[in-house]
Order: sequence, then C-alpha cells, then structure tokens
Amino acid sequence: MKNKWLAVPYVVWMAIFVVAPLVLVVIYAFTARSGGFTLENFTAMGEYAAVFGRSFFLALIATLVCILLGYPLAYFLSREGSGMRRIATMLIMLPMWMNFLLRTYSWMSILENTGLLNTFFKSIGLFALLNRTFGTNIEYFHMINTQGAIVLGMVYNFLPFMILPIYTVIEKIDYRIIEAAQDLGANSRQVFRKVIFPLSLPGVLSGITMVFVPAVSTFAIPRLLGGGMVTMLGDLIEAQFMGSAYNPYLGSAISLVMMVIVLVCMAVMNRFGEGEEGAVVL
Amino acid sequence: MALVFLFLYAPIFVLIVFSFNATKSRSIWAGFSLQWYVKLFSDAAIMDALRTTLLVSVLASLIACVAGTAASIGFYAMRRKTRSVLMTVNNIPLTNADIITGVSLSLLFVLAVNAFNATLGDALGVRWAQGFITLLIAHITFDIPYVILSVLPKLRQLDPNVYEAAQDLGATGPAAFRKVILPDLMPGIINGLLIAFTMSIDDFVISYFTAGSQVSTLAMEIYSMARRKISPEINAISTLLFVSVLVLLVLINARQGRQEKLAKRQKAALTPKK
Repeated sequence: MKNKWLAVPYVVWMAIFVVAPLVLVVIYAFTARSGGFTLENFTAMGEYAAVFGRSFFLALIATLVCILLGYPLAYFLSREGSGMRRIATMLIMLPMWMNFLLRTYSWMSILENTGLLNTFFKSIGLFALLNRTFGTNIEYFHMINTQGAIVLGMVYNFLPFMILPIYTVIEKIDYRIIEAAQDLGANSRQVFRKVIFPLSLPGVLSGITMVFVPAVSTFAIPRLLGGGMVTMLGDLIEAQFMGSAYNPYLGSAISLVMMVIVLVCMAVMNRFGEGEEGAVVL
Repeated sequence: MALVFLFLYAPIFVLIVFSFNATKSRSIWAGFSLQWYVKLFSDAAIMDALRTTLLVSVLASLIACVAGTAASIGFYAMRRKTRSVLMTVNNIPLTNADIITGVSLSLLFVLAVNAFNATLGDALGVRWAQGFITLLIAHITFDIPYVILSVLPKLRQLDPNVYEAAQDLGATGPAAFRKVILPDLMPGIINGLLIAFTMSIDDFVISYFTAGSQVSTLAMEIYSMARRKISPEINAISTLLFVSVLVLLVLINARQGRQEKLAKRQKAALTPKK
C-alpha cells in the first residue's frame, strides 16, 4: 500500500513532458534564429506592445463582465430550493460540454452583417426608422469583426467558469453564520457586505483565474469573431508556430513573457486573497 | 437570472434550428431538411476526425486513469515536502494557458522527430512525423493531473487501519489492496476517468499544436470549417452533440435522484418506528 515507487513512472513522465518542454520554451526564447544566445527576441517584442495591451485589456473586460453577470446569478441561485438548484447548475454546465468552437461559431451567424440580429432588426423596421429619423442610410449594424464581438465571445464561453466556483463557495457558507450576523443586528445589506461577500472571495478569485487565463491566451475566438482584424496574443503565438512566419524563437519569447505576466498577476491576486485556500478546482 | 439563461441558450437554439434549414443561409429560414446531416455522415474527413477523437480520448483517459491512480498511491506514500513539490509540477498543465502547454510540447516533439529522423530513421529508412503518437502523448500529459486531483483526496479519506486489518485477517498485500483499498478509491478513479475523457474530447488548442498535419481531431475539423465561415454541417454536429450530452446528463441526474430517494427510504426503514 505504502509504495512510493509507484509514482516513479509518472515523475519521469512529468520531467519529460511537462518540465522539459517549458525549459525548451525558455531556451528557445533566448536563442537566435542562427543559433547562439541572444536577447533579440525580447527587444523585437516592442512592436507587439499594442497586442499585449489589447489582449490584457480585452481579457480584463471580459473577466469583469463575467463577475458582474456571474456573481448575482450564483448568489441568487444559492438561495433557491434544492430541486431548482440542481436543474440550474445542470443548465449552466450543459453548454460547457459543447466544444467552445461550436458556441463561438453560433455567434458568428448571429452577429454577421447579414446575420440573424441584423435580419431581425431589418424585419421590425428598425433601420428604416433610424434612417428616417436621423437621415442616415444604414443597412446593418457592424457587429462582427470588432473588439466588442471578441469580448462577447469570451464572456459567452467562459461565464460558467465564473458562476460555478462562486456558487460552490456561497452554497457552502454555514447558514448559522448569517443568522448570527442577523441576530447581532446586521441588516441584509450589512450581512452581504460583511459576511457573505468576504466569505465568497475565494470563489471569485478562482473564477477570475479560470476566466482570465483562457481569455488572455485565446486565438480561436479573435480569429473567428474578430475575423483576423483584431490580433491578440494567442494569434501572435500561433502565427509563430503554425503560420507561414514560422519563428519558434520569437514565439517562445512571447509565450514566456505572457506566462510570467499571468503568473505575477495570479501571485498578486492570491496575496490579496490572504493565502486562503483559494483554489476551488471543480 | 432568466436573462442569463436566455443568453446561454439562445445561440445554441439558433445552431439547432438552422441545422434543419434547407439552404446554406444562417439567417433566413427556407424550409425543413435533413440534408446537412446526410452530408455530415458522408463527409470522410469529419468521420475520420471523429474516429481519431474517440480513439485518442479513450486511450488517453484509460492510460491516464491507470498511471494517475498509481502515481496518487505513490504520492500518498511520500513525505509531505516531496509530495507538495511534485503536486506543484502536476498542477502546471492545469494552471498554464493551453496554448503554452501546446507550443511547449510541440517544441519538444519537433526536436524529437528531427533527432529520430537524423539518426535511427535515416539508418532504417523510415521517416517519423508528428501525428497520432504525439497527439496521444499530449492528451495523456494533460489528462493525468485531473485523475490525480480526483484520486488523491479519496486516498486521504482512507482509514489506514483497514488495510492492516485485512492483512491481519490473512489477506496478502495485493489481495488486501484489491478487496479493501480499491473499492474505496473507485468513485474517485471513475470520476477522474470521466473528467479526463471529457477534457480529451473537448480539447482543441493542445491538439492543434501537437497533432501535426496528418491527423486531425473533430475540434480541429470544426475550427477549419468555422474559418471557412458557412458550413451548415457544424450546426448538425452541434445538434447531435447537444442532444447526446442532454440525454446523458438527464440520465445521470435521474439515477442520482433515484439513488438518493432509495437511500432515504432505506434509512427510514432502518430507523425503528415508535
């Protein structure tokens, strides 16, 4: 039973397929195309500063929107009866089981210039009305291939990852603590602000991680909903490894910088969470 | 709350409705038809990708299940300090962005493939390229951490005396493990297997970077179709997937509900009536 040698195969496996690849990323990041040590890959990154900024900005907005939508939902859900809670959590998880590419694709058909929303607006005469009142001449709203569409796609795909951890944490709060607060004279607003919200923070933190990390590194969502007009970090990395501009050295450098920034953000956030058992892995 | 659910489901509903559309249009309804389903099942590339996806998911999750369980038992036997270091490494693929896991593995695979082709491959006259093997290795690598995360807590809940009691009663080590420990771990192992399987089925990013140009998974096919913009077969895939997941979830839920009811009834029957 107590046999630590059983772990040896997996430790070797991790060394080869988890640690070594990351070491390779670091080595490649400091290697020139012609071989030999260089810092060029990092100095060349200056021209991509805008991409870095845009990626972190869009991912941040998507994360904020997810909190604003997800927190109230998780909170109200936790106060429902057990039957309703079971059905609702199932309904939240169900879309997660469909590949995110399918879900993103459906937004393509909704947001297109000749897509469902615009067809709908046209059929209720919205464009005719607008054109008449403002003297404009619009046929459709430009929605796809914008940064807004990308944020929408991220929120849509990652919202369940925000709702579920928050819900799990709030649901586990001992109801007697809330009653105690009420007995001590707290009104419902104070109960929420001083008891429920602080206790639910670990859930929010793990939700932020689960939304922000995939959002900042995604390349499929900007490719499909941004139509290649809006480049994000993921696209940039993908282009270095799979595209015609094959340059794994630059790609590794970008990956490394992204990884370090994300790690620093997470570390700062967890410090802010005061080292509580923050990771609620589903 | 209802609005959020509308937001979550309206796009899926749209996908399903237009999978039955008679024309290619994604916004104008032109009558009922099953032609996209027929087309889907006669598309050799998609059927091939489906086979690859199922094969790699089944193999990877089974291998990960066995390796992960063994590793968990090994981790459990270790000193706390060693274990926490190894668990940190174990969690790397979970916390890292998928794209990082994908590109880092692809760097390793490119090196390995080139090294092989330059030496042994040259000598034997064979050429190796990234393909099913590298895809499988990548999937096993990101599946095992999920198995460990679901088996290790079960090990911690175990009463260590039970194993010794079994041995005291004359069971050999392996027999005691099989008859006493394994049944207790089973829920965790099954749970880990299921999580690993769904992660494999659902993965796009890591597969995309490690599958090479010869094999492709369903998610990769969907991506290339979605980039071509209008592909009603995608709607048909979505509908089939959605329906099967829905049926599965309802079945699991019904079973859980029934078990809970049964447990309640048994409890009621066991408590003496006044």
